[in-house]
Amino acid sequence: MAQEQNILDEVVQSDYKYGFTTDIEQELLPKGLDESVIRFISAKKNEPEWLLEWRLKAFEQWKRMVEPTWPNVKYPRVDFQDIIYWAAPKKKEGPASLDEVDPELLATFEKLGIPLEEQKVLAGVAVDVVLDSVSVKTTFQDKLAELGIIFCPISEAVANHPELVRQYIGSVVPTNDNFYAALNSAVFSDGSFVYIPKGVRCPIELSTYFRINARNTGQFERTLIIADEGSYVSYLEGCTAPQRDENQLHAAVVELVAHRDAEIKYSTVQNWFPGDANGKGGIYNFVTKRGVCEGRNSKISWTQVETGSAITWKYPSVVLKGDNSMGEFYSVAVTNNHQQADTGTKMIHIGKNTRSRIVSKGISAGVSQNSYRGLVKILKVAQGARNYSQCDSLLIGDACGAHTFPYLEVANETATVEHEATTSKIGEDMLFYCNQRGIDTEAAVALIVNGYAREVLNQLPMEFAVEAQKLLAISLEGSVG
Amino acid sequence: MSSLLEIKNLHASIEDREILKGVDLVVHAGEVHAIMGPNGSGKSTLASVLAGKEDYTVTEGSILLNGKDLMELSPEDRSHEGLFLAFQYPVEIPGVSTANFLKTAVNEHRAYRGDEPLDPGAFLALMKEKMKLVEMDPSFLQRSLNEGFSGGEKKRNEIFQMAMLEPTLAVLDETDSGLDIDALRIVAGGVNALRTPNNATVVITHYQRLLDYIVPDVVHVLWNGRIVRSGDKSLALELEKRGYDWIKNETAVEA
Ligand SMILES: Nc1ncnc2c1ncn2[C@@H]1O[C@H](COP(=O)(O)OP(=O)(O)OP(=O)(O)O)[C@@H](O)[C@H]1O
Ligand SMILES: [Mg+2]
Repeated sequence: MAQEQNILDEVVQSDYKYGFTTDIEQELLPKGLDESVIRFISAKKNEPEWLLEWRLKAFEQWKRMVEPTWPNVKYPRVDFQDIIYWAAPKKKEGPASLDEVDPELLATFEKLGIPLEEQKVLAGVAVDVVLDSVSVKTTFQDKLAELGIIFCPISEAVANHPELVRQYIGSVVPTNDNFYAALNSAVFSDGSFVYIPKGVRCPIELSTYFRINARNTGQFERTLIIADEGSYVSYLEGCTAPQRDENQLHAAVVELVAHRDAEIKYSTVQNWFPGDANGKGGIYNFVTKRGVCEGRNSKISWTQVETGSAITWKYPSVVLKGDNSMGEFYSVAVTNNHQQADTGTKMIHIGKNTRSRIVSKGISAGVSQNSYRGLVKILKVAQGARNYSQCDSLLIGDACGAHTFPYLEVANETATVEHEATTSKIGEDMLFYCNQRGIDTEAAVALIVNGYAREVLNQLPMEFAVEAQKLLAISLEGSVG
Repeated sequence: MSSLLEIKNLHASIEDREILKGVDLVVHAGEVHAIMGPNGSGKSTLASVLAGKEDYTVTEGSILLNGKDLMELSPEDRSHEGLFLAFQYPVEIPGVSTANFLKTAVNEHRAYRGDEPLDPGAFLALMKEKMKLVEMDPSFLQRSLNEGFSGGEKKRNEIFQMAMLEPTLAVLDETDSGLDIDALRIVAGGVNALRTPNNATVVITHYQRLLDYIVPDVVHVLWNGRIVRSGDKSLALELEKRGYDWIKNETAVEA
């Protein structure tokens, strides 16, 4: 409860809190993209031939694809030749302890409020820190290794567990899945790799903090998580980024595979720079996230709190292949000022008695546009499939927009599909009532919004839920009155 | 006796329509005042203007609370300065539990006074104690504020909040309406229990019934945006018998 009070206190703070750059020496490739860039990246990372071929194939596919225009967002076309595709912090010998980590980097984490030491000690969280493109430090690896858990940068996994990477990479999101996924496959720099062996319950929350750090550097992370039979893992992803004047592209790919009786819980708090109050700057976030419930009784759950980015285009999805498998999507998406978000989920029911649950809470303020786009597809073979969807929109002020695009494709008549949608508004009367009780308008908005989003926030691990509440409050500052 | 509330020649309008047309009212510490008057005469408007609702424009006059100019203060600071309004129509806030709402409110008040937030244990104990005053069930604490509450439960909840915030001036706008006979007695008992020599209560009501329980020192009749008559508690009894027409007529003659 005291924590909640702190959160409300933070409401009075203004401006993007995490807007600063670190000054770490960077190794940059010139702007632009052609085959030689891909060969350079692959060579830099000492990749095996098969992976280079895989990248090049993706690049060929990408060249023949066009950017999607169906999302309900507007932005100037991205010039893909105006982007730097490789930036890595200059590597000294790999640090064995925190003392050896670049003090500038540590200072950055300090400012972000995520000091590694504290993270390690207090939260029991292993942190795989990705600064720009190369993973700088991975903790707790040894402890996890005892259980046979692999948690490392994907580039390391390519070197040390090539058979696993080769088997699974692109198996959930094929290289030609969509424009951004193809681009990512061609140029991905790094990201996280997780493998949980049979019957193992990962004892800690696995966490990665991504930051976008180099000017004009597109970010192309690639994450691959495999939960083998009967295993469990909870993975946290959180983002903050320095304030920028130019738009930055972020096109990540996340692939999850849950085998029989396995469960993957993937939580995201996304707080990239949304652009200033006039809509200048900000991150373009075009992400492909998909999980496949491969085995019987498997479960994949996506929880996301999206407060950042100028433009968000993101549909974490679950392919429910295994019988009795379960997919969940819990989302809070906030847009303020000139932000645009087109986000939602896809639940593809293939196996028998598969279930999915969608809870989407959109919050729009300022002159922002917030769209929910969801697909529930039940194939003919998916006997007894069930879906429940709830899509709520909350409007703050009169100039913003909320849109819902639910798509339903049901090919099996034994399926049950339920859809509920509400739109509400934080009215003057509500705010005045709070004011009369001594709660100022900023705090009142934070209180109401956190109440509205509670069902989703409850899905997050404790520390993350607190962080998420703060973000909701910060991102809605100045949205009323 | 020092005056707690001093309203002088208050004019207020909404959307260019003047609703309050020169209200004068002085309330001293320790007193109970009743404001009665026909529907639409401006009673709730007066309460809203006191609380600082932005929709209303004060065109003339002044309001002092404890000697402080209320016009200078935001609605939340008026609350911090000890003004409490029990709403005629309490608002529902989905997703925000009564407990969480009150914790926020109480701690904002404490912060204004420079006090630390209450720790959760002490806060819970305080809530339970205050709920007893209005015989409210603690299960309401977990429920979203006023959401799905019955009319009477909402009114009880207003007085519970008043008990939590311990205002120096409470304005109760038709808190009796919607209460059953037993609830009326309980809620009135709660209000009486909160009375001290240092605070004051203004009750807006249509019915003498409430005033049997909360006995007023002064009864005012508000009509057409003005206080047209004031008297002791017998005025309320007279109104109950005769209605408002005789006052309207007499006022028209005087004017
Ligand atoms: N937004 C508004 N626009 C125009 N007139 C308004 C507005 N709000 C209130 N009024 C008018 O102001 C007058 C006073 O209303 P008020 O609610 O203060 O009356 P009241 O004395 O509390 O009545 P009741 O006993 O029915 O509660 C009414 O005639 C009402 O219609
Ligand atoms: Mg009224």
